[in-house]
Amino acid sequence: MQEMQEETSQPDSEAAGTEETHRAYWRANLRLMGWLLAVWFIVSYGFGILLVEPLNEIRVGGFKLGFWFAQQGSIYVFVALIFLYAWKMNRIDRKFGVDES
Amino acid sequence: MDLQTWTYLIVGLTFALYIGIAILSRVKTTKGFYVAGGHVSPLANGLATAADWMSAASFISMAGIISFSGHDGAYYLMGWTGGYVLLALLLAPYLRKFGQYTVPDFVGQRYYSKQARLVAVVCAIFVSFTYVAGQMRGVGVVFSRFLDVEIGLGVLIGMGIVFLYAVMGGMKGITYTQVAQYCVLIFAFLVPAIFISMAMTGEVFPQVGFGSTVLDASGKDTGIYLLDKLDGLHRELGFAAYTNGKKETIDVFFITAALMVGTAGLPHVIIRFFTVPRVRDARLSAGYALLFIALLYTTAPAVAAFARTNLIETVEGQAYASMPEWFQNWENTGLLAWVDKNDDGLIQYAPGGAFGKMPGDKSLKLVRDPERGSLGEPRYANPKADGPNELYVDRDIMVLANPEIARLPNWVIALVAAGGLAAALSTAAGLLLVISASISHDLLKNILMPGITEKQELLYARMAAGVAVCIAGYFGVNPPGFVAQVVAFAFGLAAASFFPAIVLGIFSKRMNREGAVAGMVVGIVFTAAYIIYFKFVNPEANTSAHWLFGISPEGIGTLGMLLNFAVSLTISRLTAPPPESVKRLVETIRVPR
Repeated sequence: MQEMQEETSQPDSEAAGTEETHRAYWRANLRLMGWLLAVWFIVSYGFGILLVEPLNEIRVGGFKLGFWFAQQGSIYVFVALIFLYAWKMNRIDRKFGVDES
Repeated sequence: MDLQTWTYLIVGLTFALYIGIAILSRVKTTKGFYVAGGHVSPLANGLATAADWMSAASFISMAGIISFSGHDGAYYLMGWTGGYVLLALLLAPYLRKFGQYTVPDFVGQRYYSKQARLVAVVCAIFVSFTYVAGQMRGVGVVFSRFLDVEIGLGVLIGMGIVFLYAVMGGMKGITYTQVAQYCVLIFAFLVPAIFISMAMTGEVFPQVGFGSTVLDASGKDTGIYLLDKLDGLHRELGFAAYTNGKKETIDVFFITAALMVGTAGLPHVIIRFFTVPRVRDARLSAGYALLFIALLYTTAPAVAAFARTNLIETVEGQAYASMPEWFQNWENTGLLAWVDKNDDGLIQYAPGGAFGKMPGDKSLKLVRDPERGSLGEPRYANPKADGPNELYVDRDIMVLANPEIARLPNWVIALVAAGGLAAALSTAAGLLLVISASISHDLLKNILMPGITEKQELLYARMAAGVAVCIAGYFGVNPPGFVAQVVAFAFGLAAASFFPAIVLGIFSKRMNREGAVAGMVVGIVFTAAYIIYFKFVNPEANTSAHWLFGISPEGIGTLGMLLNFAVSLTISRLTAPPPESVKRLVETIRVPR
């Protein structure tokens, strides 16, 4: 709440500038989120459920690929997605000057 | 040393550790009690979240469920991990910025309404109690199996431990015991898994051994892949192939989604992200949490395949008289039973049941005859089921007995007991804190008695935690018959209520009180009605032919969530927009600084 009061007490042009920055920041966040959620959907619902039969025709070592995505691969990708998000967001925070320091 | 001594020693040591942490992390403020002062590091929060999340069911039952359902077990694996991606991207950072103590706090303030807060409080308490009863039961089962203690006494000991650190230390005590409990449970899960993987495939990592070739008794590589061998064994015995799915695709899709979204909407998981100092810490600790969860969740399906292969090879077609000691041990617990249908003294394992239900029973319960059979085997009053199968195996045995089946040393078996207890206690504590905070903070401080001081609120919080421990313990000793059936409830309701309300509260500035309350009510009523109908009112009709679009009660929360979104968005557009102050609140939580 404190931060909001600070913003409104600034001169109009600067407040408008901050607002514009925040909007651009939000768009960048949504874009990154969209990409990562698309991957999230493809590896789990796509490879692990909807495409599991055709992928099971492909073998990697002792695994059928669809089975592997459903029981192993999707989980590895989930972990990578969150770390990627955390890392990318730190950069976006800094770029728009909204990082917590 | 014998097994009993090892078990007492290891369980005793871990309990002493938890009590030590409880004494070191006492708190004196509500902020300390609800969110550990907000000073938890991302790594510690990741460890604590992983323990908080992985329950008795994840530790004891999940590998067994996968073992018996093969490929279809995947929806638990994906559902209970994929939810963390939603949590990290859609909820955790923003709720951390909002920075209060509970989920109803967010709902109440974002939707400027005590009614909305009340709906959230009721959901949070219901979901948490449903869940916690199962944890206490898990504590009792582990005690009775490994320490020869009555289930009731086991539950009582577990209650005492949780009471100590939850009431004294609140979130702070819970956080640091959960960190310790994660270490115990992951060690206990991985050690037997690694031993078994090395024995069966020569690979150290179970995740790799899972896809490798099996060794024969002398340790020579047979050149046959484990999963191919298992598929072959299944074919021989008349089971469907282990690596093929059996459920309808649409149902698997909806169940996976309900588990994912429900995971992201469970209050005891969400509140963990209030405990870190900054927004960036919330994002990072979600990554750590899933990494630590994935360690167990990628090992479990490997354990499932190893255990299944081991079990079939050990028992199928073998003489009952030649069974190893563990077989009798587990017969005595009622988790394993054999009936010699064709009087040949050999164990035949095949699809279908071995026993029928007793007249009047709703589910299968084995009833022992006082007399034993000619081979010394226990006998049962239950009727024999049709079909050739002679073996009854409870799925929990796959983790609990796996070390014995694989002939691992006693200390490893004792470790499994300590791990099961750690998993159950850590989850129970997290849930109890949600219940306690819902009552003292949301119900008393923010709705009924706004005048109370911080000191009084803290006292009420401790009392609520104490009472909740007792109620949970009562349900642990006298489990209501419906516990197993209502687990679908916890996820379905979290998916159909909290998740849409929180996501829309962050991502739509136009979302207002009317839309959110209508959406939550419609989502909950629809989901609850569907589950109650198929689970309690008309359980005979619980087959895919009668389900709406072929969606089982386990997956219906997804449809409830979609309904919630649709109703919320429609109603909010038809009613007055939220006040300016709320729009500014939304703008604030979207930006870290």
